[in-house]
Amino acid sequence: MSYLDHAATTPVLPEAAAAVAGALGALGNPSSLHGSGRRARRSIEESREQLAATVGARPSEVIFTAGGTESDNLAVKGLYWARRNADARRRRVIVSSVEHHAVLDAVQWLAQYQDAEVVQLPVDAYGQVRPETLRAALAEDPASAALVSIMWANNEVGTISPIAELAAVAHEFDVPLHTDAVQAVGALPVDFAASGADALTLTGHKLGGPYGAGALLLRRDVDCVPLLHGGGQERDVRSGTLDVPGAVGLATAASIAVERRGAVGARIAELRAALVAGVRAAVPDVIVNGHPTERLPGIAHLSFDGCEGDALLMLLDARGVECSTGSACAAGIAQPSHVLLAMGVEEARARASLRFSLGHTSTAADVAAVVEAIGPAVERARRAGITSMATR
Amino acid sequence: MKVLAAMSGGVDSAVAAARAVDAGHDVTGVHLALSQTPDALRTGSRGCCTIEDANDARRSADVLEIPFYIWDLAERFREDVVEDFVAEYAAGRTPNPCLRCNEKIKFAAVLDRAVALGFDAVVTGHHAQLVDGQLRRSVDAAKDQSYVLAVLTPAQLSRAIFPLGDSTKEQVRAEAAERGLAVAAKPDSHDICFIGDGDTRGFLTRRLGAAGGEIVDAESGAVLGEHQGSFGFTVGQRRGLNLTRPAPDGEPRYVLAIEPVANRVVVGPGRLLEVDEVRAERPVWTVAAPAAEFDCIVQLRAHGMLSPATVAIDDDRVTARLHTAQRGVAAGQALVMYAGDAVIGSATITAASARSSVTV
Ligand SMILES: Cc1ncc(COP(=O)(O)O)c(C=O)c1O
Repeated sequence: MSYLDHAATTPVLPEAAAAVAGALGALGNPSSLHGSGRRARRSIEESREQLAATVGARPSEVIFTAGGTESDNLAVKGLYWARRNADARRRRVIVSSVEHHAVLDAVQWLAQYQDAEVVQLPVDAYGQVRPETLRAALAEDPASAALVSIMWANNEVGTISPIAELAAVAHEFDVPLHTDAVQAVGALPVDFAASGADALTLTGHKLGGPYGAGALLLRRDVDCVPLLHGGGQERDVRSGTLDVPGAVGLATAASIAVERRGAVGARIAELRAALVAGVRAAVPDVIVNGHPTERLPGIAHLSFDGCEGDALLMLLDARGVECSTGSACAAGIAQPSHVLLAMGVEEARARASLRFSLGHTSTAADVAAVVEAIGPAVERARRAGITSMATR
Repeated sequence: MKVLAAMSGGVDSAVAAARAVDAGHDVTGVHLALSQTPDALRTGSRGCCTIEDANDARRSADVLEIPFYIWDLAERFREDVVEDFVAEYAAGRTPNPCLRCNEKIKFAAVLDRAVALGFDAVVTGHHAQLVDGQLRRSVDAAKDQSYVLAVLTPAQLSRAIFPLGDSTKEQVRAEAAERGLAVAAKPDSHDICFIGDGDTRGFLTRRLGAAGGEIVDAESGAVLGEHQGSFGFTVGQRRGLNLTRPAPDGEPRYVLAIEPVANRVVVGPGRLLEVDEVRAERPVWTVAAPAAEFDCIVQLRAHGMLSPATVAIDDDRVTARLHTAQRGVAAGQALVMYAGDAVIGSATITAASARSSVTV
């Protein structure tokens, strides 16, 4: 079996698994006042410091959550509520049109139920938001802007946003910027302080840590209304008994991923180049989506005109090659990717796409398996043609 | 063989897939997404179109340890089944969408895609037998679905596998429980899958718009009531007419004819419903074209309405002279011809009459 879906989730690092197992064996609620509680609290705070140091944040800026989706929701809704409460005019939520659904659907909900007005910024053909596009959107009515949310690196095509420039533009208008860096941490240099972002989402299972463990980095001077009320943990922004194994596993994985980033990233980039070259040799008319240089090292997002991505996925799966159509799915139904559509790709091509994503365990054999399987799979899928679209 | 098992999320298709695995086939499960806006949870007695149903199908596939995917056929289904359904009612006919789905989706769009992708056949949980290319009724007469499969051509049938035909529904459920399939006790589906609330007339009114018209008595010519759209009626229907005036003879009234152009519904006493000659077109023969005239059993509705008949074939036209008169034969339904329990073929009903007087 060749696993080429690291952007969906990547294998847990043995060190992280050991750290989680160790923490699961230890007793104590970090909020308890006795010895067991203090030992658990110490684990949490050490994890917080370790994670903060890894991503250029201060320990007090780390809010542990149950993953990327929660962090995105907390940032987007929490910042919106806080800003609107402070100034009722601030109802405009500005996001890129290629965000993950954890951001897009959250802001859609704000529009539907919380009186927000959503502005989706267009992207260029590579999937990047240009700083001048953001500036124009903010300048249109600066007093009504509540927040900006633009992802650090796109999970489908891998394109990287110029986050520092975008944050600087947002700050020209005194508007906070949140960035979903789920795909970036561990794969790219991420320094929260240097980026200028006010809030940043990261999650464990994309970097070798456990599922259901993530964090929102939140600057100390940024107000955020909680989603979860209760015991007041995590600066009163995120109540709930702290998940010690999750935090320990996340911090361990993040620090290893960041420490090994240079070596692993270079190897992954080489493998990806071999994958793209091999696929192109087998299927000369393959189209490579995303930015040619400003992109995640491990993602190859490819379109094969005249096929349906889900047919390709099935055929490759049968050959033991595991990848993704790259787009969000409602109960497994492949939708044409909103990311590709926003990049100006037409629907038929958007449906004809596959995402191969490499990670820390990827090998040359994985790439060879793709290269060997792709030609016959594309030929077959092209024979099957397109069934999901209207015929008249 | 490399086969594709269509898995709706119900008990029948799960057991059919299981039997295909047992038979030694290389089975891949596929759930057909037929709704463009699937609900999260199943309601009422629909059986296939929610995300919960897709998850049930996946759960069964996982228990059977077969690969499982969802195929998005929603757009095709809308075009070929839902729009056809609406157009047929608008034209005063009574379509059978399950039959159309078998003809256009399961054994056409899905089968074609499956074959192109390297599969040899499609397995479904229909209650019917298919032995050496001959389609036959299920041993469970109450659950028999050969009627809605009778539109399939020999080429389609040659790539179909129906593993359940030799079992009753009770046996299928018991087997599902034995195999540890969680859908063993899932209720049967009855309603039309794309009409969520089961209200066909309401659905048609939303699609076609209300259009008031008269309900007229065939014998006296008297106006007995009003309707909100002739499309909401089926020949033979008695309930839901909401007649405001009693018929002159005091007898109950049945729908005899639907006249979409005049937007009139013609009603009359039960005896005028009786027909013994049924005309149909576009015959499909499941094995080979039969003789120009032959005796057989015809079935005129999905459930019941059977009669011995003498059938005459004239090119694209089929005429069945019924040996016992039937009531409520509706244009748009299938005329399915049987020799014993074997399906000979089917054709689409266009008209029916009593050999003395024309009623449809
Ligand atoms: C860019 C991005 N944001 C958010 C998420 C959601 O993160 P999680 O799975 O931890 O909820 C994902 C992963 O699916 C992602 O790729």
